[in-house]
Amino acid sequence: MGVELTTTRLEDAAKWAKQGKLARIPDWGRKFSLFTYPFVTACCGMEFMSVAAPKYDIARFGAEFPRFSPRQSDLLMIVGTITEKQGPALKRVYDQMAEPKWVIAFGVCASTGGFYQNYHAMPGADQVIPVDVYIPGCPPRPEQVLDALMMLMDRIQDGRGHSQLRLKRESIIAKQTEAEE
Amino acid sequence: MSKKVLDALTAAHPGAVVRTASPHGDDTAWIKRDELVKVATFLRDDPNMLFDAPVFCTCIDWLDWKPVGRPVAEHWDESKPRFTVAYQLRSTKHKHRIRLEIELPEADPRCPSLADMWPAFNWQERETFDMYGIRFEGHPDLRRIFLYEEFVGYPLRKDYPKEKRQPLVRRDDLPINPIKAPHAGEHK
Repeated sequence: MGVELTTTRLEDAAKWAKQGKLARIPDWGRKFSLFTYPFVTACCGMEFMSVAAPKYDIARFGAEFPRFSPRQSDLLMIVGTITEKQGPALKRVYDQMAEPKWVIAFGVCASTGGFYQNYHAMPGADQVIPVDVYIPGCPPRPEQVLDALMMLMDRIQDGRGHSQLRLKRESIIAKQTEAEE
Repeated sequence: MSKKVLDALTAAHPGAVVRTASPHGDDTAWIKRDELVKVATFLRDDPNMLFDAPVFCTCIDWLDWKPVGRPVAEHWDESKPRFTVAYQLRSTKHKHRIRLEIELPEADPRCPSLADMWPAFNWQERETFDMYGIRFEGHPDLRRIFLYEEFVGYPLRKDYPKEKRQPLVRRDDLPINPIKAPHAGEHK
C-alpha cells in the first residue's frame, strides 16, 4: 500500500475508484461526516480539545462536530480511563448509538488500562465494547489522533469496521435463514 | 507545636489515652476504642480544645509492614493489632490540631463512629468502611460509597489481590462462537 497524497474529496474518490471500491458510496460519504460522541473521563480530554480546536483542527477531516447525545453520533471516542463501575454506562452509550458506528480508544488507559493495574480500572474499554482503532500515548499527540482518524476512515471505506462487519454478518445469516425457510 | 493539647487530654482522660507522641510536631494520641466518643466529646466541647474542623478519617493496614531505616523493635508484627483508624481534627479557633489513632484487631474491626459529632466524617467513614471494612458503630448510614454493591471484599486491604477484577459487565460477542454465528468468517 503506497502512500498517496490526497488533498481533496474528489482525489480521494478517484483513489478508491481506482481500487474498485467506490461501490460503497454511502461509506465514502460517512467517513467524511463522522459525528463524534466524546466519552471523556480523564486528562486525555485536554488533548481531545486540542485536536478539536483550530490548531490541529479535526474539522479538516469532517469530524469536527461533537454531539453530546449518543443517538445523534456514529463515532464514539473513549477518552480516558474506564473504571469497572463505568462499564455498564459505556455499554449503554454504545448500544444507543446509530448504526453503523465506530469506536476509537483514545490513549493507553482506554486501550489497555494504562498504568492502572488494580481493582477499579478496566483493562481496556474493549472488555465491554468492540474498539476499531487504538491510539497509544499518555496522552497521545494530536497528530496521532489525526493519524488514527485517517486509519478509521480507510477502514470505513473498506467496510471493515466492527459494526459494519456485524451488520454484514447479520444480513448473511438473515438471507440464509430466509432461503432455508 | 507544643504538646499542650496532648497534656490537657491526658490530664482530663488518663484512662483513655494509651500513649502520645509528636512526630515532627504532629500531635498524636492513641485512644482506647471504648473511650473514643468520650474523648471526642471532650475535644469538641471543652473551651480550651474546641476542635470544630474534622480534617480526615482514614485507616492504616499494617499487614506485612516492613519499614526501612527504623529499629527492628518498632516493626509491626502479627501480635499487634492489624488496623489503625486515624482521625485528624483541627481547631479554627485555637489553631491547633490533633490526630486520634485507634488500634483495631483483625478479627474484630469495630470502631465507634464520630459521624454524629462531626457530620463531615459521615462520608469519610463510609469510604473507610468501603476500602478497609472497618465497622463504624453508630454510623447513621454505613454503606459502600465508591464501589458498587456487588463488590466482594475490601480492596485497600493489603491482602486484596492486585490483579483481582470484579467486572459489572463484559462483552458477550467474544470469542466468536461458531455455533451461535455459523457464517462468521465467510465474509471477506
